[in-house]
This record gives sequence, C-alpha cells and structure tokens, in this order.
Amino acid sequence: MTLDWRRIGLAVAAPTAALAFALLVTALVLVSTGDPVWSTAQVVWDYGTQPRVIALTFNQGTVYYLSALAVAIGFRMNLFNIGVDGQYRLAAFCAAVVGSKLDLPKPLMILIIIATAMLVGAMWAGIAALLKATRGVSEVISTIMLNLIATSLVAYLLRKAAVDVAGSNNIGTKPISERGALPGIPLIPDSPLDVYGFILVAAFAGVVYTVALGRTRFGFDLRATGSSESAAVASGVNVKRMVVISLLLSGAVAGLVGMPQLLGGDSRNYSLDFPAGLGFTGIAIALLGRNNAIGMALAALLFSFLDSSAIILDINDISKEIVLIMQGTVVLSVVVVYELVRRYGVAAEQRRVSQELAGATDEPATPAGVGA
Amino acid sequence: MAAPADVAVELHGITKRFPGVVANRDINIVVKRGQVHAIVGENGAGKSTLMKILYGMQRPDGGSITIDGREASFHSPSDAIDAGVGMVHQHFMLADNFTVLENVVLGSEPSRAGMIDFGAARSRIKEISDSYGLEVEPDRLVEDLGVGDRQRVEILKVLYRGAKILILDEPTAVLVPQEVAELFDNLRELKAEGLTVLFISHKLDEVLEVADEITVIRRGTTVKTVEPAGVTARQLAELMVGSELPTPETRESTVTDEVVLQGEGITVRSLDGRALIDDVAFVIHRGEVLGLAGVEGNGQAELVEAIMGMRPVEGGSIHLSGEDLSHWGTRRRREAGIAYIPEDRHRHGLLLDAPLWENRILGHQTQEPNVNGPWIDRAGARRDTQRIVDEYDVRTPGIEVFASSLSGGNQQKLIVGREMSGEPKVLIASHPTRGVDVGAQAAIWDHIRAARRLGLAVLLISADLDELIGLSDSIKVILRGRFVADVDPAHVTPEELGSAMTGAGERTEGSPG
Repeated sequence: MTLDWRRIGLAVAAPTAALAFALLVTALVLVSTGDPVWSTAQVVWDYGTQPRVIALTFNQGTVYYLSALAVAIGFRMNLFNIGVDGQYRLAAFCAAVVGSKLDLPKPLMILIIIATAMLVGAMWAGIAALLKATRGVSEVISTIMLNLIATSLVAYLLRKAAVDVAGSNNIGTKPISERGALPGIPLIPDSPLDVYGFILVAAFAGVVYTVALGRTRFGFDLRATGSSESAAVASGVNVKRMVVISLLLSGAVAGLVGMPQLLGGDSRNYSLDFPAGLGFTGIAIALLGRNNAIGMALAALLFSFLDSSAIILDINDISKEIVLIMQGTVVLSVVVVYELVRRYGVAAEQRRVSQELAGATDEPATPAGVGA
Repeated sequence: MAAPADVAVELHGITKRFPGVVANRDINIVVKRGQVHAIVGENGAGKSTLMKILYGMQRPDGGSITIDGREASFHSPSDAIDAGVGMVHQHFMLADNFTVLENVVLGSEPSRAGMIDFGAARSRIKEISDSYGLEVEPDRLVEDLGVGDRQRVEILKVLYRGAKILILDEPTAVLVPQEVAELFDNLRELKAEGLTVLFISHKLDEVLEVADEITVIRRGTTVKTVEPAGVTARQLAELMVGSELPTPETRESTVTDEVVLQGEGITVRSLDGRALIDDVAFVIHRGEVLGLAGVEGNGQAELVEAIMGMRPVEGGSIHLSGEDLSHWGTRRRREAGIAYIPEDRHRHGLLLDAPLWENRILGHQTQEPNVNGPWIDRAGARRDTQRIVDEYDVRTPGIEVFASSLSGGNQQKLIVGREMSGEPKVLIASHPTRGVDVGAQAAIWDHIRAARRLGLAVLLISADLDELIGLSDSIKVILRGRFVADVDPAHVTPEELGSAMTGAGERTEGSPG
C-alpha cells in the first residue's frame, strides 16, 4: 500500500520539522545571549543520559503522558478540556484522603484508591459536561472556572484534613499506609531510582485509548463527531450524550494523573507541594503527539527529558528557562507545521486522484449496475 | 462584438479546474452597460464558480476578464471592489446586532479626526437609498429586518463601496413572490441609473421577466446568449439541460397500496415560535416516489430533518410500517430502514477527511457488515465499500483515499450506494443530483428508479422540476411550511408546477390533502 507509506511519511515529517525548527530557535536564543550552543547541548545530553536522570525522565513522562491522554480524548471530539488540572488535583486529594482511612489487602487498597481518583476526576469533568449538554456552556469557559474552584476547594479541604508534615511547615493529608504503595520497577540498569510501577497502567491506558478509538463503534462515533458534528448527527450519533461520555472519560483519565506520585512517591499523601499545572503541560503534549498514543508517549518523554535536564543548566550558569523556550517553540511550530502538512497532504491526494482518473475518463462512461 | 464603450464586462476563454472536475471551460460572455444580464444554468453548471472568479474570490486557470475596456486581474475581492465590481451573496453577510448604518460602513468606515464619521455615512446612505429607490432606514437594527430588507441592505452595502457592476448570486432563492417583485423593481431602478447587473439564477420565469440578455451555461461552458423576447422558458430549459440528456422519466407504475411511511399533523417551529412546518400530512406507499416541490426555504429541509429525527417536532406523528417512530432518535430510525441522501453532502453526508471505507460506516455504525458487536469490522467495511465502488461506478483509485478527493458526482454515488445498502424500506432523497455532473445525474436517477422498483417508499425533494416530474408518482407542493397542492406528474408541465410553487397554484390546483 503505497498510500499508507505516503501518509506515514507525512506524519513523521511534521514533528521532525517542528523539532528541528525549535532547536534552531533555541540555538539562536543561546547565541544572542552569548552562551555556547554546542557545549550547552553537550552538558544537557551528558546529564540527561545518566541512569538516575533517565529514571526521573520516565517517571515524569508517565505523569505527562496520562495528562496528555486525558486532553486527547477531548481533542478527538473537538472538546477542549482545559480542566485536567483541576480534575487531577481534586481527584488526587480525595484519593489520598480515602486511602489514608483504609487498611485493606494491598491490591484491593490500590484499586480502591485508583477508582476513587477516576471517579472524582470524572465527576468534576461531569459538571462541565452537564453544563455543555444541557445549557450549551462552552467547556473551555467552564473547565477554566472549575480549575479555579478546584484549587480553592482543595486548599479549603486540606486545612480540614491536614496534618503537619514532619520536619517542615508543609501540611498534607495523613499518609497512606505501606499497603497502598505501588512498587517501582528497576527498569533502568545502574539507576538508584526505580521507575514508577504506574508506568504499566499508563501504557495500558494508551493501548485502551488506541483500540477504543480506532476499532470500536463508540470510538467511531466519537471521531465522527469530532471531524463533523453535523454529519455525525445525520448519521444517528446523539451528540449531547457523546459530549457527556467523552468528558467523563477524559476526567476519569485525568484522575489518574496524580496517581504515580501518590502511590509511587515516598510521602504517599497530598500536601501543599503536590505538583500543579500538569494539565496544561498535557495540552502541549497532546498537541505535539497529535493525539496519537505513540506520538504522545514520545512527546511526553521529550518534555520530561528537557525538564529533568534543566537542573544542570543553572549550575552551568545558563538560565534554565531556555528549556521553556524550547518547549514553547516546539508546540507552536508543531501546530503550524501540522496544518501546513495536512493541507499539503489533502491537496496532493486530490491532485493524485484526478491524475489517476484522468486516464480513465477517455473511456465511455459505463452505466451503473443497478439501473441496468 | 459591441463597441467597447457599451461593454461593462467581457469574459473571454475563462477556464477553472478543481481537483477531479473542470468547473469552467472556455467561458465567453459580453455584458453591456446598463443592462440586467442573467446567467442561467443548472445547479452545478459552474455559475457560482464563474462569479467567484469575476469577484476575485477564485483565480482562473486561463482566460481574461475585461472591465470597462481594461483588462483586470483580481487577486482578492478588494481588487474587484476597486474596479467597481460588487457582489451580493446568496447568504447574507450582515451582523445582526448592528444597525443598517453600521453594517454598511463596516470595513470602509469614513473617518474624521480618527473617529467614525457616522453623519457623513448616514447622508451618503440616504442619498444612495433615495436615488435607487431602496427605501433603507439607516438606524434600524438588522435583526429587526425581514429577508427582503436585508437583501436591500446588502445591495446598498455594495453600492456604498462604489460598485457600478453588481453580481447577484441566486438572489430570489430566499424571497417570497412579492419580495421578488420588489427586488425586480429595484433592479430596474439600478439599470435606469446606468448600473450593470449580473443576475444568476436557475429560475427561468424570473430570468425571462427581468433580464435584457440571458447567457446559458451548461456543464461549465457558455452555450448561448439569447434575448428574452426571442425564447420561451421551454427553449431555455432545453438549452440548460441539453437535448442529448436522458430524461428522468419513470415508466410503469410500481405503487402498491401498502403504506410504508405516514406523517400526520407534523408541526415544527423555529426558536422564535414561527411555524416552519405547519400541520403537514402525507402517505408514501411501497414502491411509490412522492415528490416534494417548493421554492427553497419553504420548509423542505425542516420536514426532512423532522422525519430523520434530527429536529424536535412540536406536534404530529410519523409512522413507519404502522409503528410510531415519533420518539425514536435518528439512529433507531436509520436502523429501522430509513435511508437518507442529505441535501448538503459535505455537511451531513460525509467525513471529508476520512477514507471512503470509513464513510461507508457513517450512518450505519450499528449495522452489518460494518460492525461486529461493539467492534468496527474493518475488513467487512472495506469489502462492502469496494462493492459499492464497483456497483455504483464510483470513480476512485481506491477505497483508502479521502472523501474530499472525489468529485461531487462520485461522492454522491458513494452516498447513494451506502444508503441503498442493508435493505432499507424508505429513502429520503434531498436534492440527490445537486451539483453533480450529467453522467452521475443519470446514474442517480437510475438508482432512484431501482429503489422504487425494489419496493422502497421514496420521498424526493428537488429544485429540478423536470427531475421531480419525471421520477415522482405523485407530487405535493410545499409553500411556507404547508402543503398547498397535490399535482399529478403525468399531467403537469414544469411551468405549471413552478407557478404552483410560488403560490399561484393555491387558487388553480385545488386544496391540500
């Protein structure tokens, strides 16, 4: 199938071109500030390829990946779930509280904590879903507002549920017992740090995402709605129902975002310094990875590689914000390049189809079979 | 050739290709100054493309445009406006929450000391309105205006920008008859003031009434330019469709007495409470084609959407083989055997950026051979798409290409093939041959005849009256959301049907029911 190769070629060309462009811009910024380009790249590479840092990269990448997956479910239906941020923080907080009160056998305990997070994430997204389905409120507006509300709500509840974290002025929920700990995997040889066990859950979620969207009736309805809502309605899709279901699913996956840290971290609680802002990074990664499970995995690893290598830059007297410039540029250029490549692809195919058919038009038109 | 001084627009050898289709081929038109020049042709004949070229929205692949004796090359509509060419679009482009004045100046605001000079604009609008008899009130909100008024605002907008040559794209499609008469009075005023009007239409009686010259376009090229005094509507129609065309005539009747689709008292209202469909009733039997005739915008689209379950119905019931489906969703109706060829295939019939086999699944997401339980059966869908491509003569290099790569006729053949799959009981065909080439048109007519022979109940909506008369077993005329006449297609001419559609038939053709 020559056609498929053509499409794959285009699909790979786009992010590669965007990445090259981002590298160029980053290099130019370094040059303009008088920093050495080559040795900076070398420092980043040397640091980033140490076993411990690779493990860190995988761990952070797992979290980013789940966040991107949650965003991508919405994207595939033309829904912009900006609320992943609020959804995962509220979910992680509730899961931490529930987990701290449980004392059950290990697998059951972990399952309940994860289920709680997914349920809370889905419910929080469900508010936006119901507003959209019943009142037509844009999910962009409502999820932004729900992020703010989630922040305040968590802060308020944290004061009620919190205990002092020993040896600091941080406060957090009571830690989950040892039975709620998800063991890590010694994936990287020579690394003192294990990779989160949750990476397997993330990989599994990616497989489910791909299969459900590409191979099921439900996925077809969802994609059809995303690519043409009017055509989906005419084909019998209940769009309001699809809006609710897909936002609930997106919220449920968002609920997983905090789980690697909660179940695989050392403190196993939700405290003031629980990571924030992961939902927004997820948007960037979903864009970069083109809502494709593999693409988003690569994009998540790229982002977390840049994040974990940034630490070394400060030590070398280079502002680590250069990493943010790079991340920003790559997302911006990827959006532009994808659109250009998409248009080129469509136009090229149209040209090819008319060329291939041009040879056939000389033949007399044969009457269609049924009418004969 | 006329003396240059008399000629406002001359198009010579205009050619425009789109992927898979030649939209315009060697078009030659000479438009004299101070005349209404009509351009007629069937839907899809290439009228709109030609006007987009003249208005700078599309660039021709070949040929020349001469405006007032000077060769013009338009890169954008603003170039065309600078040359004195203005366009009134079929779909109005007005901001509802602005006043007429604000809408008219939008984009070319007169300013004084950095502020919009509304005073100057208001007097200019008054002046234009008075000299051409447009009777536009500058300070009314557009949302309070009727359709005819809005159209006059659009015309004024174009005149305000200094246009001397006006293109009106199907201006009567949205108007009721008395508004059409008013529009024609306006056009005569414009003409009297020395302006040139290009009037695009496929309604022959209107063209004969208002035009000074008529150019006929068929299959993308100019066929002939005639004067209205010298032709009849019949002759024009023959020029438009070409005498070599197969006629859409149906032979022996296959109508049975078994009722398949029955609607009673169907009422649909718009958001502001206006009745779009008002207490409509119909019966379609097995093997019957019921034609629905009407000027566009009189409720046909709403009736189709009501039958398909895409639009909430206020009152009435719809029965399919005796079963009440009023409370069913669209999917259940399709599963029960209602096939649907939508009016706008790009909006409602296809996923343009998806391969043909995924488009085969669309609308049949729950049916064999596309699915297997909750799973998409890719192999089954691909196999069946190949069958449709072969049986329905869809010209494509393969089933993996995107639907957007096919020409309109081939897209439509794919849709027809898809909708005829799975043994449907009812076929709703809304403008099934709109914008398709002649070959595909004949094929689609064959398929509709075949559907009728197979015992489907067919509801056919079309603006092509020959098609409607030729294929239907009975015809109902819809006007302002009501059925106003029953017409026997065996004993009606397109002219008679056309006058029934504009309301003249209310008196002569009998009462509804």
